[in-house]
Amino acid sequence: MAGLDPAIHVFRPLQESKTWMPGTRPGTTRVESEPKTVSTLTTETSREAVRETAARETSSWWPRLKPVLLAIAFPLALLAMWHFATVNRPASLIPPPHDVWLELKDLAIGGINDDAYSQTLLTHLVASMSRVYGGFALALALALPLGMLIGRVQLVRQLIDPTIQILRPIPVTAWLPLAMIIFGLGPRSAFFLVFLGAFYPILVNTIFGVRTVEPRLFEAASMLGCTGSTQFFRVVLPAALPSIFTGMRLGLGFAWVVIVVGEMTGVQTGLGAIIMEARQLSRTEIVISGMIVIGAFGFLSDQLVMWIGRRLLAWSPSHG
Amino acid sequence: MAESAVPILELKNAGKIYSQGGRSIEALRGASLSVRKGEFICLIGASGCGKSTLLRMAAGFEPATSGSVTFKGRAVTGAGRDRVMFFQDAGSALFPWLSVEENVRFGLRVRKVPKGEWETIIQTYLRMVDLDRHRTKFPSQLSGGMRQRLQIARALAVEPEVLLMDEPFGALDALTRRRMHSVLLTIWQRTGKTVVFVTHDIAEAILLADRIAMMSVGPRSTIAKIFTVDLPRPRDLTHPKVAQLFHEIEALLEPDVVRSEQLMAAQ
Repeated sequence: MAGLDPAIHVFRPLQESKTWMPGTRPGTTRVESEPKTVSTLTTETSREAVRETAARETSSWWPRLKPVLLAIAFPLALLAMWHFATVNRPASLIPPPHDVWLELKDLAIGGINDDAYSQTLLTHLVASMSRVYGGFALALALALPLGMLIGRVQLVRQLIDPTIQILRPIPVTAWLPLAMIIFGLGPRSAFFLVFLGAFYPILVNTIFGVRTVEPRLFEAASMLGCTGSTQFFRVVLPAALPSIFTGMRLGLGFAWVVIVVGEMTGVQTGLGAIIMEARQLSRTEIVISGMIVIGAFGFLSDQLVMWIGRRLLAWSPSHG
Repeated sequence: MAESAVPILELKNAGKIYSQGGRSIEALRGASLSVRKGEFICLIGASGCGKSTLLRMAAGFEPATSGSVTFKGRAVTGAGRDRVMFFQDAGSALFPWLSVEENVRFGLRVRKVPKGEWETIIQTYLRMVDLDRHRTKFPSQLSGGMRQRLQIARALAVEPEVLLMDEPFGALDALTRRRMHSVLLTIWQRTGKTVVFVTHDIAEAILLADRIAMMSVGPRSTIAKIFTVDLPRPRDLTHPKVAQLFHEIEALLEPDVVRSEQLMAAQ
């Protein structure tokens, strides 16, 4: 149906008002040609009608445009502040936005500085992303079944849950020195930190999701003939899925936070590695470029999880 | 109407004691009821009289602490698809992640019904409850009456012998409830299932049941009296015989309602 197209909802009132506004506006020839007595009344009502149409017209596009404008306005203002605070100041330790933009281009496609960093962005990005998604996937593969067991099986819960509750408050970054001893200097430590950063949010939310499954669903399933361990896949997993997704989203966010810390020592490639290296060389424009890339890809991967979530959880009133 | 006098479901001196943190409450004592195959029986009583407990014991969700619960002569040890339960809150009993048709399919899949037969079965029961136009909707998109009908379709699809209904229409508005009554009676007459229906609404019990079992108020509730409703369906609430029965039951329930309130306040 065409009526479902949002664009039509936006434009229809506009066209409507254009066609009959001139004729009803007070003082135009058409109104004057009509009998005087009626005219005052008509003008009054038509003026109201015009105002109403105008209000309807405004209310149809303004609520849509407003958040977009506001969302753009704030970073633009920040960008402007950054620009005016740094441009034409050679002593400034922070480069102006334009320099950062050029550096970002050089990192991505080269042709500007042609130094050791030109055209290396893809390598670093792929290195970081493989650690983020690799660590995340491992965390998911372990936290999901463990969370389901802890949530459903009392013995497992009593055995493992207290330990996890004690280990959980330790900041992931505090594990770095120990990780370097266990896994050695290099990407394996970074991978471990990412894994740990994603593991807890997924685990905790899976346990919560499993424990809050409506008990009636188990009764319903068992009277329909679904008993024992088959309930794990037919009832527990789908019922806990909204909560599991929340955990995955949090976990992936943490993975991106932790990757930079993990790559800061003893790793050659990765966005965290070039940020740290550029800091030592006082190449602040590279530092900021790296930050922007992490921000952008962190955002994109969050959007991806949300998009998958919306498709899988279309049934849930709070997700769909 | 009852086809034979052989009980399909039987409670003999059944009792239930709940213990919780050192305190124990005797919810039922010496409850006996035999449900005949094919009959429609209503359990009625003031709130807190253990109607739901009795039904849950029959479903196998909770074991009796004394006496016996038997289905076709064999002790009930757990839930089974020969005795399906209808919950008052259909919204919490339907699988929210499954669409209307998938909710019905759930039982067929776990029962390992051949795949080729699924479509026919799903269509038959969804048509019966007038939901076949909403097959792809999720429970959250259905109204209260539609959810109850879906619960009925899902349960009937596993071909149970006894339908245990725990105030299934209690949360529905009066008009929807009337419609559900006729849907249920039609299905019952067409399929010949046995129905045990819990309610606290005397009119509902008289409209539906072959027999009405009245329970005394707890603690230590039991089946106090059984009325036989020997009137043709559809029943008219203004019929003098119906009115007479209504008042008879009401007069017996009245002191229980007062007592139930006092007990609740004392807790």
